[in-house]
Amino acid sequence: MTFDLRELYQQVILDHNKKPRNQHPLDTSFKAEGHNPLCGDRVTIYIHVEDDRIADVSFEGEGCAISTASASLMTQALKGKTIEEADKLIREFQEMVTGAPDAPDRMEHLGKLAVFQGVCEFPMRVKCATLAWHTFRAALDDTEDAVTTE
Amino acid sequence: MQRGLVHAFDVGRVRQDFPILEAKIWCKDLVYLDNAATSQKPRAVLEAVDRFYRETNSNVHRGVHYLSATATRDFEAARDRVRDYLNARDRAEIIFTRGTTESINLVAQSFLRPRLEKGDEILITHMEHHSNIVPWQMVCEQTGAVLRVVPIDDSGELVFEEFERLLTDRTRLVSVVHVSNSLGTVNPVELILHKAHERGVPVLLDGAQAMPHMRIDVSALDCDFYAFSGHKMFGPTGIGVLYGKRELLEAMPPYQGGGDMIRTVTFEKTTWNELPYKFEAGTPDVAGAIGLGAAVDYLSGLDMAAVATYEQDLLAYGTEALQDVAGLRIIGTARHKASVISFVMEGAHPHDIGTILDHEGVAVRTGHHCTMPVMERFAVPATARASFALYNTRTEIDRLVAGLHTVRELFR
Repeated sequence: MTFDLRELYQQVILDHNKKPRNQHPLDTSFKAEGHNPLCGDRVTIYIHVEDDRIADVSFEGEGCAISTASASLMTQALKGKTIEEADKLIREFQEMVTGAPDAPDRMEHLGKLAVFQGVCEFPMRVKCATLAWHTFRAALDDTEDAVTTE
Repeated sequence: MQRGLVHAFDVGRVRQDFPILEAKIWCKDLVYLDNAATSQKPRAVLEAVDRFYRETNSNVHRGVHYLSATATRDFEAARDRVRDYLNARDRAEIIFTRGTTESINLVAQSFLRPRLEKGDEILITHMEHHSNIVPWQMVCEQTGAVLRVVPIDDSGELVFEEFERLLTDRTRLVSVVHVSNSLGTVNPVELILHKAHERGVPVLLDGAQAMPHMRIDVSALDCDFYAFSGHKMFGPTGIGVLYGKRELLEAMPPYQGGGDMIRTVTFEKTTWNELPYKFEAGTPDVAGAIGLGAAVDYLSGLDMAAVATYEQDLLAYGTEALQDVAGLRIIGTARHKASVISFVMEGAHPHDIGTILDHEGVAVRTGHHCTMPVMERFAVPATARASFALYNTRTEIDRLVAGLHTVRELFR
């Protein structure tokens, strides 16, 4: 296998794809559906907000390894964060996977999420990595229309 | 094989006609298995298009200068080649369009819409490409007609008894894909035509996937319309054809208004041009048509029966090799198939399969292939699809299989 491919499919990603964390519905009004019509990936994000803080977050859906692992790791990263902190993380994640020039300097905030750094080398797969994150933002805004990556 | 007998089909020689097959992808020899999406182009097509722009570029029809006359001659000669290749009776029956999609929309709006009344029915199948679903839904919306869908079985074959049952006195058109792009199924179009014509129902065949695999004779088939795209049969993108029986085309109003499709224009009354120009509003894709003519010439120079035999061997070889990959399931196992293999793998999403194969230099398509109802029928969100053309080889299929083992290893 080529080196590049291992960059994309890191062990953490493969692990979260196989055993996704927080993959279940939550009884909450903060939820949204996301859809990537290109590959048929679908995700639903559920958020439980308490005093401006993400008390709990979960997802349901089916998709490729990148989108499943991204949703799984996202729920872990965002749980317990304030909405402001979550927004910052969403922005930083987005910058990392789209290969923003100064993104590497701010990588330390991202922790485990840094495994998605390789995605920026695969432009066709950026949408897979960001679907859950866009959908999370929509759930927070309580948007009723399904989110689409197109 | 008898001594002295020449091989009817020499894949090595054919490969030399396609310059892109020399390409390296991620430092590996390209294995192009996405032919059902679009085929590669032989040198003859590339040169015909290039020569047009370099030497004879001009607008067609009515120009008095030399280049315009030459461009017109070459454009119309391409139409004659297509007519000849399809064995259509009349050059007026060959309408140049942008592709299969536009050809079907043309029939939906110009042929069918004026004839439809509330409660009339259009009959399609469950394995249609979106381009043979949505134009009919639009015309149903406009007229109150109803779309009826013939089911398919678990192998991806049409349930013929259901077709016969759904073909009724209310059916105004049958529109069926000749070869399915996502399943590879070759439909029994002769039988479909026979049954529909017994009831006086016209039939459109979506031939986009059939053209690169077999020689079509529209007169022998006796189909009413046949739609296809140039780019899937080794020609350029942006050009396609609608074949229609002359008497049907004559009775149809134009599809689009503009230049070239008129005889006279005054602000009070405009009269239409004769066939085929009535349906070719605006400057056509002259280079595309000339390129398509070159593609037709290229195919005419091959023994298509030998091509079919060769492709069936690739299909059999590929089917067997893929079945040996652990956890792999082929979607579409009809008895009569073109060289298309759709598949899913346990634990690996098609999108990931596509990325991994790409890094091995192997190009396949992943997704719903514009056939979302087929994906739903087989309860999969998407498939990976390897589709073989006449220039593919068993060695390339081995590369595909090796790539799939890498997928297996990564997602075990």
